[in-house]
Amino acid sequence: MGYTITEKIFSRHCSQRKVKAGDFVYTQVDLALGNDITAPIAIDQFKKTGAKKVFDRYKVVLVPDHFTPAKDIKSAMQAKILRDFAKQQKIVHYYEVGRMGIEHALLPELGLVGPGDLVIGADSHTCTYGALGAFSTGVGSTDLAAAWATGHCWFKVPTTLKFIYKGRLNKWVSGKDLILFTIGKIGVDGAIYKAMEFSGPVIKNLAMDERLTMSNMAIEAGAKAGIIEPDAITRSYMASRKAPVKSKQKYLKNDPDAKYEKVIEIDVTDIEPQIALPHLPSNTKAVGKVKNIKIDQVVIGSCTNGRMADLRVAAKILKRKKVHPGLRCIIFPATQAIYLQAMKEGLLEIFVNANAVVSTPTCGPCLGGHMGILAAGERALATTNRNFVGRMGHPKSEVYLCGPAVAAASAVAGKIIHPDAL
Amino acid sequence: MKIKGKVWKFSKNINTDEIIAARYLNTFDTKELGNHCMEDIDKSFAKRVKSGDIIVAGTNFGCGSSREHAPMAIKGCGVSCVIAESFARIFYRNAINIGLPILVSVEAAKDIKTGDVIEVDAKQGVIYNLTKKKTYKTECFPQFMQEIINAGSLLCWIKNRGL
Repeated sequence: MGYTITEKIFSRHCSQRKVKAGDFVYTQVDLALGNDITAPIAIDQFKKTGAKKVFDRYKVVLVPDHFTPAKDIKSAMQAKILRDFAKQQKIVHYYEVGRMGIEHALLPELGLVGPGDLVIGADSHTCTYGALGAFSTGVGSTDLAAAWATGHCWFKVPTTLKFIYKGRLNKWVSGKDLILFTIGKIGVDGAIYKAMEFSGPVIKNLAMDERLTMSNMAIEAGAKAGIIEPDAITRSYMASRKAPVKSKQKYLKNDPDAKYEKVIEIDVTDIEPQIALPHLPSNTKAVGKVKNIKIDQVVIGSCTNGRMADLRVAAKILKRKKVHPGLRCIIFPATQAIYLQAMKEGLLEIFVNANAVVSTPTCGPCLGGHMGILAAGERALATTNRNFVGRMGHPKSEVYLCGPAVAAASAVAGKIIHPDAL
Repeated sequence: MKIKGKVWKFSKNINTDEIIAARYLNTFDTKELGNHCMEDIDKSFAKRVKSGDIIVAGTNFGCGSSREHAPMAIKGCGVSCVIAESFARIFYRNAINIGLPILVSVEAAKDIKTGDVIEVDAKQGVIYNLTKKKTYKTECFPQFMQEIINAGSLLCWIKNRGL
């Protein structure tokens, strides 16, 4: 019986012991990540373990990205806990404001994660790195503290739901639309405790930025991971990292007779740009079926859609246009490098000329932290990942989710529209 | 260990933003988090809930973010146990890791209503509904997780192993 990529990654981290879906393993991890929300608890817990030093100061990553630049005194205190811990433990991968980016855009960009790695992060969107052929998953602060102390974490090796995307992608349809469509199909608990695997000819041709978007939202279907078999696109992405990590990168493939819990084929030919209506990411509809929904704020960015591919699409639509009066459009390049590249390509100028606001990298508005909080009764259209009650501010506000093309076109129109209708 | 308390019933897909909104994540003080537990779906919950009360919910309880503040807030407002048809996986881990008792029971979660008084015998895997005079079974924990539960928390478990 063959093995899935997920089973192979766990096997290579269990001293070559062959493990199968359903096995409980207590295994070493390659990287253990925390942010300014989750790491303070982990640091507190770490101290309680009695451990003096983290297991490996090169394998702990700390990114203060959620409420930074510090939005208030309490957030500043939290960020300081990270800073002090990083200094005391001589953590190599601590990224201060100015070097920081949104963690799940930053780690792949820096080459800190690669194919075959096993990564945990105290942030649910840690599943993003599945796009690189890594097994990466979100955990809580106590799991993170335990991993920092021991270098190990416990897992139940998940079964795999394999999605095969076939057909021809329509204009304006991106990785975001594919993942929203998929979540709409299986529901917010459709992949609970399982690994999702994205495959097929459409994925083979999908650029890395869009693959990262898809893997990022696997958690919105309850999945433990959103993995993509590493290929030539992965190789070329890894080769272009500025500081490639000399890790145990391995380009693993599924065995031909690997066992999946289910194989689901999706023909993308009929998929239009998608919208997820409040208050679940699974409440999806084709954008054409949503009529006359006026919006107060558009947010383009986040760990889901704040990469170059996203900003380029938004700029293409916003060029020589203005954001609708009475609507705020906030754009967040996800990292400093993306910010700089967008500047060089003239994208930031397009955004500012369109009367959009360009922000420093932060998770800010996505989770209702800062930099664009909604008032009661307001409605936002966002390229972020969650539209739960109160997610972006007041409990009586609403969030609609979409890809960057729909977001940019709707920002100009003042209501939710198909980019072709602009 | 037996837990007895009055039930607060919630629907399915209760997410961590609802359990504790992000605007309160600039602290990890359990009591302070507890003061805002469930605020965006039931503004007065944290004020009305009594120490020892039990949350019962539908499927996928605790979906969304990995914030450990969610089970901390539930503990902080005095809730003694959570029973659901199913749990989102990160919440499930977090609750076990910090020693918040959680149990999966489809029949109990469907039948129990707000205000019912129930008694939970986690060790035997039985829930007694004292109001309705009914008994439900809970799913057993896998042996590996039972070890962590027996140890009291993940940190105690790793300490017992000698780190």
